[in-house]
Amino acid sequence: MQISGAQMVIEALIAEGVDTIFGYPGGAIMNVYDEIYKQNNFKHILTRHEQAAVHAAEGYSKASGKVGVALITSGPGFTNAVTGIADAYMDSIPLVVISGQVPMSLIGTDAFQEIDAVGISRSCTKHNYLVTDASDLARVLKEAFYIASSGRPGPVHVDIPKDVTAQIAEFDYSIELNLETYKPHTKGNPRQIKKAMEAISKARRPIFYLGGGIVNSNAAYEVRELVKKTGIPAVETFMARGVLSHDDDLLISMLGMHGSYAANMAMSETDLVIGLGVRFDDRVTGKLSEFAKNAGVIHVDIDPASISKLVNADYPIVGDVKNVVNEMLELSSLINPAKYSAWRESIRNFDELHPLTYHEDSARLKPQWVIERVGELLGDIANISTDVGQHQMWTAQFYPFSRPRQFISSGGLGTMGFGFPAAIGVKAASPDKVSINFTGDGSILMNCQELMTAVERKLPVINIILNNNYLGMVRQWQTLFYDKRHSETDLSVQPDFVKLAEAFGGIGYRVNTKEEFDAALKDAVEKNIVAFIEVIIERLENVMPMVPSGGSLFNMMLLEKKEKK
Amino acid sequence: MQDENARRVISVIVVNEASVLSRITDLFSGRGYNITSLTVAPIPDSRYSRLTIVTSGSIRVIEQITKQLHKLIPVLKVYEHADLVEKEMALIKFSVSENITDIATLCAAYNGKIVNVGDNVIIAMVADEPKRVDNFLKIINKYNPKEIVRSGAVALER
Ligand SMILES: Cc1ncc(C[n+]2csc(CCOP(=O)(O)OP(=O)(O)O)c2C)c(N)n1
Ligand SMILES: [Mg+2]
Repeated sequence: MQISGAQMVIEALIAEGVDTIFGYPGGAIMNVYDEIYKQNNFKHILTRHEQAAVHAAEGYSKASGKVGVALITSGPGFTNAVTGIADAYMDSIPLVVISGQVPMSLIGTDAFQEIDAVGISRSCTKHNYLVTDASDLARVLKEAFYIASSGRPGPVHVDIPKDVTAQIAEFDYSIELNLETYKPHTKGNPRQIKKAMEAISKARRPIFYLGGGIVNSNAAYEVRELVKKTGIPAVETFMARGVLSHDDDLLISMLGMHGSYAANMAMSETDLVIGLGVRFDDRVTGKLSEFAKNAGVIHVDIDPASISKLVNADYPIVGDVKNVVNEMLELSSLINPAKYSAWRESIRNFDELHPLTYHEDSARLKPQWVIERVGELLGDIANISTDVGQHQMWTAQFYPFSRPRQFISSGGLGTMGFGFPAAIGVKAASPDKVSINFTGDGSILMNCQELMTAVERKLPVINIILNNNYLGMVRQWQTLFYDKRHSETDLSVQPDFVKLAEAFGGIGYRVNTKEEFDAALKDAVEKNIVAFIEVIIERLENVMPMVPSGGSLFNMMLLEKKEKK
Repeated sequence: MQDENARRVISVIVVNEASVLSRITDLFSGRGYNITSLTVAPIPDSRYSRLTIVTSGSIRVIEQITKQLHKLIPVLKVYEHADLVEKEMALIKFSVSENITDIATLCAAYNGKIVNVGDNVIIAMVADEPKRVDNFLKIINKYNPKEIVRSGAVALER
């Protein structure tokens, strides 16, 4: 059929089964917005900032498992979106980001709102395209969706000049893709898998090291089964929270910089690391030369470049985690769970020695209590997003996650301002769940304009602002490593968060006590409109335990022991 | 792993399309890898081009470079060469007042000759293994070369 480039964009989104996109219009993308006005097949959610549009698309994708879509204009629209694109790149989130560009005849002339968008996005996308002819659009968009969602997922950026969106050309979305140079390897080598399973059966202190790749490959339930059948204890990375349920006996906890003592000690004493969908990030490993020093390494990942990048793999297995774990399950009779009972016992001892906990020793509420309390009150019915900082680490440590895709947070890039728009995307994807965003008094101001989006589109995200009047995580490092010189991290001067929420038509609460908190949360859930619950917390609380940057996992700073009153 | 910073030659076959070269060079600069030389030209009768990249690094770094190159969507194949035939060309400009006979003889020893003679300058060409080109350039220093241009290496597996 002969249609305009702008109509092709709409047709492609419909063909891909997209039901919601996020965006912000402007000159170069107006032809596409004109077609959005005329159609009724999918929703467009107008955020109030392009960065928020991309974060919302990320949240939507994370919660639904589908490709997230964002639509933006050229120049400043695109540059505003870059942080979101980079965030999705670091966390392997499948997105298709479509931007307008100045007309072809003006490219390279420093035209109004012209920026070399593909030049900028090249280093923070899985792939990108500048479309120079509308007859390429069907293929390009189809490739974009395929590349974003296959292999190791990631964002794909498609830049379309304005005249190309006006150009009439032939459109056929049923074309077969012919990507001779892109063939992700999804099936693990059976011989390697067998060898790995034999190694596990011989190991005495093996450990599962579970990563975000498991979530991306929708393999959490297979992994749960493998863990159960083998009786081997497991640690989760930050990105893998919820892969195992919080009440799984074999789940030790999160490992890494703010991982639990038991998780980090188990990792240091293991004789065989079974890495599934992980990348040995520096926040996880600490000092590399001391990481799992005496252990063999099995490493399963879809990205060959992740394997032996930082830690040499003795059993490298390139493939989709789900396929590989299914093959491992076939061979699970090789493994005798009873063999590891002493190992499980010694991990339990680590945990008893230094459990992951906190002291309720201040007049003000403790942030960890707030997070645990939300877990008690909402548990499984909430999806949990976070911003970046101390509150993010406490959430990862203390929320009782029970399913994959329940926890949505910016891991790789650590983007303050991620949480609220992401939670809006999460709510759009799963309206039947309560969408909670744990945020900080610093982070929330980095996208608080999204109150308007949430009010307008009736996406009642509950933002729990853990207010310590500090850029707390930076303050913590200054306290510990810069001799308490709290340079530019004191946020004593603040807006009235209650009024701020109300100014946009949301609801605000300021909370000082446990009773007030319970009441506010209950009310916010019932009222079902976007909310700020500002919780005044202990200002100088630190995230513990902590492996100082570059230190070894077994050299943790620990929570001070106190006698129980 | 004798040599941490050994010289390596990598050939990359890529789809011949817009901006593919910047994808490759961006990858090198973004990840902090060196490029000693880079040549690129279309492969006859195909939609592909071939790049020859001379770089340096430990085995681990080279393995990462190879894998990261592979991840780029338009990259078809990446070879790190072990057993290869390698050639590089150089053009050198001398004043006509230098000893042209000597220069011509030297060039011949390095698969070259004088390729252009003008009123004031001559241009000589050699084509040989990069190491030998290095050598040649050292030797001809005494003839006061005015300008030197090297092509970068091209290579084929034996
Ligand atoms: C966009 C951005 N800028 C700066 C940082 C560095 N940074 C990391 S945590 C943090 C403090 C966050 O403060 P707040 O949101 O109040 O959270 P808290 O640590 O107090 O819980 C800062 C500034 C960042 N991660 N992202
Ligand atoms: Mg704070």
